[in-house]
Amino acid sequence: MARAVTNRRKAVTTLAAWLIGIAIFFPILWIIVLSFKTEGEAIKAPLEVLGSPWTLESYATVQERSNYLLHFTNSVIISVGSTVLGLIIAIPAAWAMAFVPGRRTKDVLMWMLSTKMLPPVGVLVPIYLIFRDFGLLDTRFGLTVVLTLINLPIIIWMLYTYFREIPGEILEAARMDGASLRNEILYVLTPMAVPGIASTLLLNIILAWNEAFWTLNLTAAKAAPLTAFIASYSSPEGLFYAKLSAASTMAIAPILVMGWFSQKQLVRGLTFGAVK
Amino acid sequence: MTLTLRALMGACAVGALATAASAQDTTITVATVNNGDMIRMQGLMDAFHEAHPGIEVEWVTLEENVLRSRVTQDVAAGGGQFDVMTIGTYEVPIWGERGWLTALDDLPEEYDVDDLMPAIRGALTVDGGLYALPFYGESAMVMYRTDLAEAAGLEIPDEPTWAQIKDAAAAMTDKDAGVYGICLRGKPGWGENMAFITAMANSYGARWFDMDWNPEFDSEPWQAAFGDYLDLMTNYGPPGASSNGFNENLSLFQQGKCGMWIDATVAAGFVTDPEESTVADSVGYAVFPNKEGVDNHGNWLWAWNLAIPTSTDAPEAAKAFVTWATSKEYTQLVAEEEGWRAAPPGTRQSLYETPEYQEAAPFAAMTLDAMNAATPDSPSVQEVPYAGAQFVAIPEFQGIGTAVGQQFSAALAGQMDAEQALSNAQQLTEREMMKAGYIE
Repeated sequence: MARAVTNRRKAVTTLAAWLIGIAIFFPILWIIVLSFKTEGEAIKAPLEVLGSPWTLESYATVQERSNYLLHFTNSVIISVGSTVLGLIIAIPAAWAMAFVPGRRTKDVLMWMLSTKMLPPVGVLVPIYLIFRDFGLLDTRFGLTVVLTLINLPIIIWMLYTYFREIPGEILEAARMDGASLRNEILYVLTPMAVPGIASTLLLNIILAWNEAFWTLNLTAAKAAPLTAFIASYSSPEGLFYAKLSAASTMAIAPILVMGWFSQKQLVRGLTFGAVK
Repeated sequence: MTLTLRALMGACAVGALATAASAQDTTITVATVNNGDMIRMQGLMDAFHEAHPGIEVEWVTLEENVLRSRVTQDVAAGGGQFDVMTIGTYEVPIWGERGWLTALDDLPEEYDVDDLMPAIRGALTVDGGLYALPFYGESAMVMYRTDLAEAAGLEIPDEPTWAQIKDAAAAMTDKDAGVYGICLRGKPGWGENMAFITAMANSYGARWFDMDWNPEFDSEPWQAAFGDYLDLMTNYGPPGASSNGFNENLSLFQQGKCGMWIDATVAAGFVTDPEESTVADSVGYAVFPNKEGVDNHGNWLWAWNLAIPTSTDAPEAAKAFVTWATSKEYTQLVAEEEGWRAAPPGTRQSLYETPEYQEAAPFAAMTLDAMNAATPDSPSVQEVPYAGAQFVAIPEFQGIGTAVGQQFSAALAGQMDAEQALSNAQQLTEREMMKAGYIE
């Protein structure tokens, strides 16, 4: 009897999980469906859309009109660059806060998080002027630095949480064996925290890839990533759903594939320490 | 030849090469809006490169609202990221006055500046100086289904009144068949529902502000205009109209679900396109309606224009580009490559005198009449302290217009009545105008 209840509960939970999963994925699925329709069909009622013929017309138009490779390269450089730069700064910072906490460590952590509480537009003008004066507008370097700074609090917080799960005694043992600080972080701490670092890396690449405020405001033609590529397909006058959907599909495809292949790593990292 | 002489000659050669290379390498960045005409131009750039081999053009194409915020930020901060900006008739007078744009007064004779539509040219002129060149222009008009009108035994006059529009909407509505008598903008935004409602208010004799900048939403003409708008849309409009903008109505009309649609003249090209529209063969046109006794047909006037910010470091190359893109030769090029129907409308009088264009674009005459009738210096029959058309050309209008648009859209969605929406609009506009220092 008890077993039957468990099975039913399992079935209900599985069904609920699938429904929630489908609901979350549905907008992306719909974008993919619309990208294979003509403009005229794409704007029709949902059921009519599904019944209409499929075409690659929008992809051909997007391919012809835009330099996808340039935007894609910019996205890769900016998102990977800002994440790696962030990790280089964040690992020592998180180590210090997790293993050598001071009286104000909690306050410092809170202060760092508080920078995320201000809407980005609040600092747009000063950052824009700094970029103008330093010649950083429309450069990949400038954007990499900004995205590093934007995501740094999240990276430090995530790493801090993971590092806290690692017993300090292991690091102490390494120290007693004569490991220098550099070696302790590089050869003892980092390998143990690989799942946490990997999931932080993946999550931040995704965040940087999808960042659409700074990437749109600080770029023009040269450093514009895929967010700007998508923004160029929305139109106030004229039908554009199919082309916009094709551009969106092309923009999210790389990150979707990356997420799919690394999902095990992501989940492992996000639940790191939970079952210890 | 001595070594010194050789060295000197070598240096000269290198210098000459460097100069040649720099002349070859002028690259201009053009910020533009994503619409059919602009995209078409990007495909025809070979002709420009042939005529100006030393100039490379990089495009930054953005959605209208993103573009507006990007170029405003760049021009105000002197960012210099763009050498040519695509801006609307709303921005040109404000930016020109502030000295953010390069004056374009010494245009070559062959450009034939007198051929530009007088209303558009006027809208781009500040203190006698021309600050942008129009790429494509539009007014507004009534587009209606001739087959439905015929079936209902209606004769829609060339210059209908709002009362006649209401009768026609009632006669064409067949909700069971999914046909709605009239489709109008309802989505909130200063360039969305407020563009239409402001034009409609103009045609009722209303104005946004009196001569002392006090808002006039509590006036009788505004009450009549907005009351009739709600009445039309509630009784004869499609469901969910409060989220319909240009594109949503375009789609409804193309699918045969609207009896009439009053919107920008540029829509005529879309609704008569047989590849996209199911009603391409049965579209009639009429002038933007007016209220009986009010000599004003909305005064809708809009153009996308190419302007050169003063922050550019390549003004000559930018000028070469904007004059080419808005020239008669460019129109001719589009006609040769893609047919007369695709020629950018609403900027040059000569286009409307071309028999081939008249034949290819049956809506040409009505577009011309609508544009010539617009008087952006005096948008209302009453005296006003502002210039504009379906907008008020002051910097604060974007914010105020959108906030008022939200009230009106909420009323259309049934969240409040007309009186409440107008009262809210009056209050919030008063508050904003006070904050901006127009009134005390």
